[in-house]
Amino acid sequence: MSLHEWNLTMPRHPFVGLANYAQILATPSFWQAIGRTLYFTLVSTGLELLLGLAIALLLNRPFRGRGLLRALVLLPWALPTVVNGIMWRWIDNPDYGALNALLTQAGLLHAYRNWLGSPWSALNMVILADVWKMTPLAALLLLAGLQTIPRELYESAAIDGAGGWRQFLGITLPLLRTSILIVLVARTIEAFKVFDIIYIMTRGGPGDGTMTIAYYAYTQAFSSLLFGKGAAISYLIALFILLLSVGYVRLLRPAQ
Amino acid sequence: MRKLLAPLLTYLAAAAVAVWILAPFAWLLISSLSPNVDLLSRPLHWIPRHLDFSRYVTIFTSSDPVSSGYTFRRALVNSSVVAFLSTLLSMAVGILAAYAFARLRFRGKGSLRLLFLATYMLPPIALVVAMYFILGQLHLRDTVWGLALVYSSFITPYVIWLMSGYFEAIPAEIEEASLVDGCTRLGSLVRVLLPLAVPGLVTTAIFSVLLAWDEFLYALIMTSSVAAKTLPVAIAEFSGQYMVDYGMMTAGGVLAAIPPVLISFLLQRYIISGLLTGAVKG
Repeated sequence: MSLHEWNLTMPRHPFVGLANYAQILATPSFWQAIGRTLYFTLVSTGLELLLGLAIALLLNRPFRGRGLLRALVLLPWALPTVVNGIMWRWIDNPDYGALNALLTQAGLLHAYRNWLGSPWSALNMVILADVWKMTPLAALLLLAGLQTIPRELYESAAIDGAGGWRQFLGITLPLLRTSILIVLVARTIEAFKVFDIIYIMTRGGPGDGTMTIAYYAYTQAFSSLLFGKGAAISYLIALFILLLSVGYVRLLRPAQ
Repeated sequence: MRKLLAPLLTYLAAAAVAVWILAPFAWLLISSLSPNVDLLSRPLHWIPRHLDFSRYVTIFTSSDPVSSGYTFRRALVNSSVVAFLSTLLSMAVGILAAYAFARLRFRGKGSLRLLFLATYMLPPIALVVAMYFILGQLHLRDTVWGLALVYSSFITPYVIWLMSGYFEAIPAEIEEASLVDGCTRLGSLVRVLLPLAVPGLVTTAIFSVLLAWDEFLYALIMTSSVAAKTLPVAIAEFSGQYMVDYGMMTAGGVLAAIPPVLISFLLQRYIISGLLTGAVKG
């Protein structure tokens, strides 16, 4: 299909070879969508890893209510993506949103703001929603890694006079390497595919501010009805993810 | 001083995490129960003056076929049917394949397994155009059957992946004994292996249901009427219309969230073990 000009408004679908690919690769909006997707992927994966690690370290300490908190942590992950999207869209609402109300009532903001109204802020608000939902998953995977680290290592390090920070850098991080890589793999691949939350929160707008690559493919195929082009973009995404996974598998192998 | 400070900081951090997780969700729930006056007031009323259940009542009683309440109710049923059908289909196919991967030796096993993993990693947008035309050919577009069929295409690899891990963890000697006693391969799978793999089956089924319940892109493209629209699609359409009824939108969101949130809360032990099995093998 990607090798044909497949336009639903026309009766025939002539074979065009690689013309679809050539056209896409020459389109600036395609590269802009790639750039936006990379930003989304880097920032959301980075934040999820850092926050997830912080939560995992917290959950690894003994305190009352730890079991309850661990159960709570699953809640955002279990929430359907579409529900997460409408929830944050409602929180970010320019006229009645909880975020505006909270910030103004706390005196941090003087006038209500249209969070999803400008391209840059909208992209970051979508990232916020994604981070809220997916950080728990990172936390649970990292917690499992933390629990496999033998306690004796910390005890002997403490005897040798290593403080908390030194123990973290010297023991925790190196031994957590595999878990961290797993989180990175899973989250980058998922983030690169991001579609649902974009559709629900912003539909790629305002302007093209939140037009990620998966959403771009969707608009080409199902709004512009250029199925040949849509299919070609889909193949490009698939190819990229495949390359990404191969790279990650290489990275993971020496660790095991 | 240090002895007191550390636990205090731990509890503060724990409280912060709990608030961060609960606040957005609590706000969704409160919004769905607030009268419109409170919902659309500035400054905002955090606590509704009285609880308003009317939206939930509308969803469960509305009989007007063009109303949003009716659409929601139908979507709730469709989502449940699709989740059930696709789980059943994926488990039936996936368990047999997982057994083959775990116990039989054949050529190309390793690369075939990798291929299944790769299909799971592919973005749905890469397949949806092709699926759209295939379902059209089969006259299954806009039916729950068609949707279940499409869903099983990405749930089955997941079932294979998880279940072959669980099968491998069970010693092969147990089945070999039953084979010696005159069981067929299928007989020993059903009578010996599956009962031993019940925790794995539960976990896998939970994940299948959650995946099907959450799916959006395929449902958005393959369905167009109340006959097959699932909850995510109903909610998305509803919130995208010209006039947005925020109250109804939040009530629909709460209803769509209840099953997966309940499942994960009650069966968190299984879910965490499933997430780890999946991750470790990924």
